[in-house]
Amino acid sequence: MIKVEVDMNKCQHYGQCVFEAPTVFKLNAEDKLEYVAEVDDSERDNVEAAVDICPMQAIRIAQ
Amino acid sequence: MSAPVVIVGGSLAGLRSAEGLRRAGYAGPIKVIGNEPYLPYNRPPLSKELLSGTGDIDEIYFPIKESVADVEWVLGKAATSLDIQEQKVTDLSGTSHPYRALVIATGLRPKPLPVDANGISGIHVLRTFDDAVALRKQLLPGVKVLILGAGFIGCEVAATAVKAGCQVKVVARTHEPMQEALGKTLGREVKRRHELMGVEFVKGASVFGLIGDGHVERVILDSGVIYDADLVVVAIGSLPNTEWLEGSGIDISNGVLVDGGLRAVSSNGTLVENVFAVGDVARYVNPLFDQVPRRVEHWNLPTETGKRAGLILGKYLNGESIAEMLAEPFAPLPSFWSDQYDMHILAFGMTYLADRSELVAGEISGECVFEYFRNDKLVGVCGIGMRPTIQSYRTKFLLP
Repeated sequence: MIKVEVDMNKCQHYGQCVFEAPTVFKLNAEDKLEYVAEVDDSERDNVEAAVDICPMQAIRIAQ
Repeated sequence: MSAPVVIVGGSLAGLRSAEGLRRAGYAGPIKVIGNEPYLPYNRPPLSKELLSGTGDIDEIYFPIKESVADVEWVLGKAATSLDIQEQKVTDLSGTSHPYRALVIATGLRPKPLPVDANGISGIHVLRTFDDAVALRKQLLPGVKVLILGAGFIGCEVAATAVKAGCQVKVVARTHEPMQEALGKTLGREVKRRHELMGVEFVKGASVFGLIGDGHVERVILDSGVIYDADLVVVAIGSLPNTEWLEGSGIDISNGVLVDGGLRAVSSNGTLVENVFAVGDVARYVNPLFDQVPRRVEHWNLPTETGKRAGLILGKYLNGESIAEMLAEPFAPLPSFWSDQYDMHILAFGMTYLADRSELVAGEISGECVFEYFRNDKLVGVCGIGMRPTIQSYRTKFLLP
């Protein structure tokens, strides 16, 4: 399992991560980001892509 | 010991290229030569959070991943020339850097004031952290700010300056702000919201001259109108940093022309061996839209181009076949966003190729979504708020 952390003070809800890892991140009806904090190792590549593409650099993978 | 892969350009695209090389399994030396004195940092906050606050560069550095911890950074040294026969880059201090392969990631710089400032101070641009620090010190209550250009940077600076209590005028070449990207209808709405906050828009093509005793006091537009100004922000677009490539044989007619594998193309149309270009400086075909090579200055593309170039080059240097990767079309979906006041603009695609736009959801005075068409084919989507709806369009841009 990998742990996903999003700094919600930094996050501006641009939703760029949603496309990279749609099973981990989503924007809810209020335009706010929601995410799954613990995901399977098979999602690692997708979450890493989301980390890279976050405009606010708010996403981290905790080991 | 073989020469390193040299990446010229120490910003996001350069960093992603280095990461891509490592991801492909290339374990040899990598050297990055950067013009700025800083490690790679994130630019979007420069016109927003960093411009309104007191934040330091520590807050916007990109994390340096373990895989690229051994990269050699040569910072504060612009590259001045390239010799593709000798395979070396020369920097400002005259040092030459031999390379095994080269990645060009020198990006853009702001277009300067179109007239000679004659030594008058108070003229700003916004591209680097140092630019942001110089500008934010001056954004004080009551200061008269004149912004040349009503694109993204111009509008974001206007919003930040108004919030700081400045009196803001924006001189726009187009009728509406951000008109090229948003179209007239949405552009007009953006203008209305800026005007509600106190920003004044002036239609004007360019600047004729400056008046001031040491520091700028007044600006003469080429229409002959004169405005008082304590500071001027020049936000009229950017130029690719390719002067150092002159005489190298590479096609630099508008940025660096590359093929779908981000490999540089020479002026006679052949591939240049071992040279790639990525990020804002690269000009390439995006088959999602058409066959016209373009430079696209959106934030997600340095990552998309850098990653791909790094992967292809890394595999190639390892002696692996790159035919399969090259056969895969390079068709990244551009995305842009902008925050001004409580207005959150988000877009996918190439809205500025459109010949018409259509409101498809919400209300223009509140939250809304527009579709953009060229010859009745969807080329972009953009809106204010309603981000889940805009997101859902990502899958609608398909390869022909």
